[in-house]
This record gives sequence, structure tokens and C-alpha cells, in this order.
Amino acid sequence: MALLVPELPKGPHYGILAEFATPADLYHACQRVRDAGFTRWDAHSPFPVHGLETAMGLRRSPLPWIVLGMGLTGAALGFVLQWWVHASAQPLVISGKPYFAWPAMIPVTFELGVLFAALGAVFGMLALNRLPMHNHPLFRSKVFERVTDDAFFISIESWDPRFDPSATGKLLESLGARSVELLESE
Amino acid sequence: MIPERDHVALRPEQATIPPGHAWNRIPVIAAVFALVGIAASAILGTANPKQFFFSWLVSFLFFLSLALGALFFVLIQYAAQGGWGIVLRRIGETTFAMLPVMAVLFLPLLLGLHDLYEWSHAEAVAEDPLLQWKAPYLNVPFFVIRAALFFTIWSFIAVLYYRGSRGQDATGDPGISARLRRFAGPAIIVLALTQTFASVDWIMSLTPHWYSTMFGVYFFAGSFVGFIALLSVVAAAMRRAGLLDTVISPEHLHDVGKLLFAFTVFWTYIAFSQFFLIWYANLPEETTWYRARMEGSWMTVSLFLMAGHFAAPFFYLMGRTVKRNGATLAVGGAWLLAMHYLDLYWQVMPTLHPEGLRVSVLDVAAFVAVGGCFVAAASWLMRRQALVPLRDPRLAESLAFENA
Repeated sequence: MALLVPELPKGPHYGILAEFATPADLYHACQRVRDAGFTRWDAHSPFPVHGLETAMGLRRSPLPWIVLGMGLTGAALGFVLQWWVHASAQPLVISGKPYFAWPAMIPVTFELGVLFAALGAVFGMLALNRLPMHNHPLFRSKVFERVTDDAFFISIESWDPRFDPSATGKLLESLGARSVELLESE
Repeated sequence: MIPERDHVALRPEQATIPPGHAWNRIPVIAAVFALVGIAASAILGTANPKQFFFSWLVSFLFFLSLALGALFFVLIQYAAQGGWGIVLRRIGETTFAMLPVMAVLFLPLLLGLHDLYEWSHAEAVAEDPLLQWKAPYLNVPFFVIRAALFFTIWSFIAVLYYRGSRGQDATGDPGISARLRRFAGPAIIVLALTQTFASVDWIMSLTPHWYSTMFGVYFFAGSFVGFIALLSVVAAAMRRAGLLDTVISPEHLHDVGKLLFAFTVFWTYIAFSQFFLIWYANLPEETTWYRARMEGSWMTVSLFLMAGHFAAPFFYLMGRTVKRNGATLAVGGAWLLAMHYLDLYWQVMPTLHPEGLRVSVLDVAAFVAVGGCFVAAASWLMRRQALVPLRDPRLAESLAFENA
């Protein structure tokens, strides 16, 4: 479970950061890092690169299941709340309808379903990304500032089973990295 | 002379039904079905003309709505300059090219106006103030004029877009796309108006005392679900038959599935809203239509529609894997086509059989007759044309399309 793993690696090094000049370089480097069997790593780009998730070998996000579960919960909650209020807690005859007049309850059921699904999508996404996060060891790197401008990066974290400070650095250099940097932990 | 554009993303032989392919036999098989259906309708219909006209009306509306849904599907893509669906557009074009055929299939109904529509009886109007009030609109000459107008307008738009697209196959002139795009916005407005009035004339006026201001959009919602369902079945069947199997990809099926899912929800939203407002206000002149459908076996059909036209496809089509696989998507599409037929049946038939659901062999005969003509003409057209718009400027974009 992504939520249960520690936020950042323990140890002297956070990991290795490699800078690439073009999206194509990044894409091909990601394929090689994926094929080398690394699991604790990420790619960084100023804009979305189509197909990068395939090149990185990312699994599909569990977010849709969170949204489905939240949506069904919200709809059930909306329906049961009205049922309880109108048919049990405070029975009132409204415009000659039965106490349990289910068509009247559909709009609220629908709206609460949509609301919960939307909240599930937003907060589920934040939780899966471990956000908000106020600082990150990658920000120690000077070249990483260009990640929002014109540079492309791969970071491999030190707690990856295949991580080795010198061998991993050499691998990234061989993939055409413009610069490779070993980052310390905080 | 228009200069030849040589950028051809697809060779014509990749996008035609090859000689000897099994699909070449569909027109003949469908024509045999059509003849059997017409003969059965004629023989059984003379004994029970009222049932014949109602059965024919349901089947006519079913195939007409598929053609109108197809017209909207193509127009909206021109208007929005959509790229992803170009490889599917010829299926839509072939479907709406059936609109002139539907005009011919409408003609038998003109013989049965007295069997279908209460307002066409002078003696019924004479003792009914409401029908007198509506008589300036609901009278036979004006009804026929309107029907002629609808079919003229629809056929005009259909022929314009079909000819334009086929012409582009030959010349490669990108100016055709630009011209058809400029015309698409106004055409959508005209289509929305004519489709609304047609649904009022042909379905709503079966119960001339009743009215719903949402009826036009309800008919539209059903027609678009119907066409997208047909599209998913045809696209999957083509891939299985080895036609366009390298052209139509799981990415295209995925988007068709998303449209099918979305418009199933849209249909539900509209259908429920129409029911909900009438149910809540509880005004007698509005509730009669639903009252007839909430008694006896019609109530069973109503509940079945809720489950089958909404709940089941909603959960079935939600997942990604189902939409990206031709076979599973086609199952959903075929199911929704059946539900769309049932929806129209449920709108029309309680007028004839208020006592409950009475399935007639004429329902089957009329469906085979109208459907046979429709499929025969459409598949005959498919043999004579490329299965995709070969030289549309956005064909390459559509071929390379991927869901992000």
C-alpha cells in the first residue's frame, strides 16, 4: 500500500538525480530504467509527455476504485438519510405523497453521490501522491529548479533494492544524462 | 480543376470490403428478410390493421432514430473539428444515408393515420374542446406537410454530407471539410428543431391530450444512445470480420464506449426528469401518460427499463477493460439497442393496448421488414464505398489516436 510506506528514504543519501536535455531522451531513459528493474524512482518534466507512464512501466492508479466506493457511499448515505427522516424520524405528508416517496429522493441521492465521488477523486489523488508535502530533498539540487522550465529529470531513490551510488549513477550517465547528481538526505 | 493531394494515410484496398468476403452477401440476405417481413406484415396486417400500424410505427421510429443519431454524431464532429472519430465516420454516414429510405418506409403509416391518431377523427374532435383547441396544428393535411418537410430537410442534410465526404475520397480537396464544418452548426439547430417536432407529431400526438415539453430531448437522447450502440456493434463486428481491423483500434472502441456510457446516463437523466416533474406536480392532464405505464404489466416494463436501460449498462460500461474489448463492448451495444427498441415500444404501445403488454407477431414482422430494408440498403452502400473517409485531412490524426 502506497499510503503505508515511509515518505522518504532513511540513510545518508536520498538518491540520484539525472538531467536530460529532451523529452525523447527522458522517454528512452525511462524505458531502460524500467527494464533494469528499478521500482522506487520517478520522472520529472515541465509538461506531460505522452506515453511516459508506459515507458516508466507504471501500474494503473487505484484512484477509480476510491471514486467508485466514495460515490456509492455518498449515494447510499443520501438515500438512507432521506428515508430515515421522511419515513421514520419525522413522518410528514407532503403534497399527498407516501412517506417513503422514492422519486423525490433521487435528486439528493444523485447529488450526494456526485459530491462524494468528487471529494474522493480530489483527496484520494492528494493522498496517493502524499500531498501536501512542504519540502523535498530534490529541492536541494540547483539544476532541478529548471524542472518547471526546460529540463527533464529522472530521480532514483536510495531505498530501491537495486540502488548503488556509483553503479546507478554510471547507468544514468550511459543513458545520455546531461548531468548526474548524488543527493543527500535531510 | 482541384489539385491532387497525395498525402494518403490509407490505401483504398485497406478500407474496402474485398471481393469474396462474406459481408458482400449481407445485402441479399437482408433483402430476403425484408421481403419475408413485408409479406408477413401484409398478410397478417390485413386481418389486424390497427396492430400492424402500431407495430410498423415502433420499428419505423427505431431505425429512423438510429439514422438521426448518426446524423448528429457526424455533424457534431464537423462542428467541433473532432479528429479521433474520423475512422468511424463512414459508418455514421452510411447510417444517415438511410434517411431517404426511411421516408419511403414512412409512407405505409399515412394509410393508417385513423388507426393511429385519435385527433384525425372529425367526430372525436367535434366533442372534445381540447382537440378543437389543438386542431390548427393536429390536422391531417398539416401533419402530412410537416412530415414531408422533415424528410426533405433530413434528406438534404444527409445527401449533402454523404456526397461531400465521398467526393473528398475522390478529389482529396480539404476545402470540402471546411465547407461542411461551416454548415454543421446551423444544421445541428435545424436537426434539433425538426427532430423535436417529429417526435411530437409521431409519438406524443398518439395521446393528444397529453404533453411534455421535454419530449423532444427525450427522443433525441434515445436516438443518440441507439446510434452509438449500433456504432459499437458495427465497429466490433467489422474488426472481427477482418475489415478495418488495423484501422479501428481499441483506442477508438474505448471512446465509443465512453460515449455510450455517457449518453446512457444522459438518457436516464432526461427520462427521469420528465417523469419526476410530472409525478411531483401531480396534475391530472400530465399524469395520464405515466399512469397508463404504471399499471399492470406496463409497470413491469417500466421497471425493466430502469434496470435495463440504466442500472445494468451503467455498471457494465463503467470499467475500462470492457470498453476496450470489441466483444464485450458489442455485448453492451447490442443490449442497449434492444433497450432502445423497448423504450420506443413502451412509448407507443400502451395507446393500443392500455390493458397491458401484448406482444404481437406483427411486431416481429414489422421489425424484420423495416430492419431488412435498412440493413440491405446500408450494406449495399458499404460495398460500393471506402469504409473510412480516405482523404479527410484529419485521417492521420484519427489513425494515430490514443487515449491519454
